[in-house]
Amino acid sequence: MPNVNFQGRDIISIEDFTQQEINYILDTSRSMEPIAKNGSDMLKRKILATLFFEPSTRTRLSFEAAMLKLGGNNIGFAEAEIASVKKGENLADTIRTVQNYADIIALRHPLEGAAKLAAEFSNVPIINAGTGAEEHPTQALIDLYTIRKEKGKIDGLKIAVIGDLRYGRTVHSLAYALAKYNVELTLISPETLKMRREVLNIIQTKIPVAEEPNLEKIIPQTDVLYVTRIQKERFPDAAEYAKVKGTYRIDLKTLKNAKKDLTILHPLPRIDEIVPEVDATPQARYFQQAWNGTVVRMALLALVLGATK
Amino acid sequence: MSDKELRVSKIKDGTVIDHISGGYALDVVKILGITGREKRVMTIAINVPSKRFKAKDIVKIEGRALNSQEVNRIALVAPHATINIICDYKVVEKLEVKLPKVIEGIVRCVNPACVSNSDEPVSSKFYVKSDEPLVLKCHYCGYILEKADVLQQL
Repeated sequence: MPNVNFQGRDIISIEDFTQQEINYILDTSRSMEPIAKNGSDMLKRKILATLFFEPSTRTRLSFEAAMLKLGGNNIGFAEAEIASVKKGENLADTIRTVQNYADIIALRHPLEGAAKLAAEFSNVPIINAGTGAEEHPTQALIDLYTIRKEKGKIDGLKIAVIGDLRYGRTVHSLAYALAKYNVELTLISPETLKMRREVLNIIQTKIPVAEEPNLEKIIPQTDVLYVTRIQKERFPDAAEYAKVKGTYRIDLKTLKNAKKDLTILHPLPRIDEIVPEVDATPQARYFQQAWNGTVVRMALLALVLGATK
Repeated sequence: MSDKELRVSKIKDGTVIDHISGGYALDVVKILGITGREKRVMTIAINVPSKRFKAKDIVKIEGRALNSQEVNRIALVAPHATINIICDYKVVEKLEVKLPKVIEGIVRCVNPACVSNSDEPVSSKFYVKSDEPLVLKCHYCGYILEKADVLQQL
């Protein structure tokens, strides 16, 4: 058994994990597939607090479903508007209170670094469920799990990431994660939404990274196409959003020269970046990602709470 | 003292900040919050030929000794500066400016969405990735700050 230990650990950034640890999480996720269908009491009497200071559908529901499938319970809130935050409480105080009610906390917050700050004040593990435009590490683990499940491997793949690479937190975490493997990464985005410098600086030292504005040029060689939404809510200026809105659209014409076994992923929700006609193609695997989200989160909860080694 | 350094006259009591990288004296003055309207004698020499560097700047402030927080601030814009505390025309203390590995509370993160800029009971914290050129990484949000970002806050 590899020398990994997740019990009591915070899941803040994908950068905190080695490739060996990530592989271990992915292996544990695979072992959760039958449990996700049949249920378990591995986390009986354990409580997950989902503190979502930003709206979310799938991340919160999938965390809660993962906890229920393992026999645990959930408490929490989904809107900062109804929480004590509305009364002006800061995050540090909220965490120091909620840690008394729960065994583990999944936190989504609009500010960057919020999960790190929460972990500094919490005596129960914190799982980062998305912080601002910064990171979304559990989504990156789901993406890796999906890639490995679809392709049978991660190493050796040519992966293209397209869309909002500046404000899209999932692509930041995914880029950090992919840089731990032997992949070739191509980044496609409008000029104003290029990959953040701090992410680029790190990943470029580890794997070949190309920035390419033209998707048509690289699609024939691509094994995995990861599409993201332009993050309207993170734009400081509505006019800036209007300029880039709808810049990329993946339709059947785009896929004309694509490999037959191309895998198209999207963290969802999508707006118009993948047209619905693509959904029926064998390459579209984004709805399978939602199932994978539950099993990966089950694995994380079980590992961090020490229910599985 | 060499002939070349004599371009700048001696001071009786105060601080001499020497070996500032050429062209950064005004930033040092700015980071110390000196406006020039303090009614204090001050001499600034810019791009003086130097053995250690090709060119260096010197700032002499009459009647003011710097504290350690101010020395740390100087390190952000002039990491190789030396600070001489002068008493009755003599150097009584020599301080080497050195950037610590971690900088807390002096500058704030330029990322408006960083949690350290919100109403939380923490101060800003940066890891020094490089002192020349200055590269700071925010402990909380990971944002990279450069010298220009620090100068903008002055």
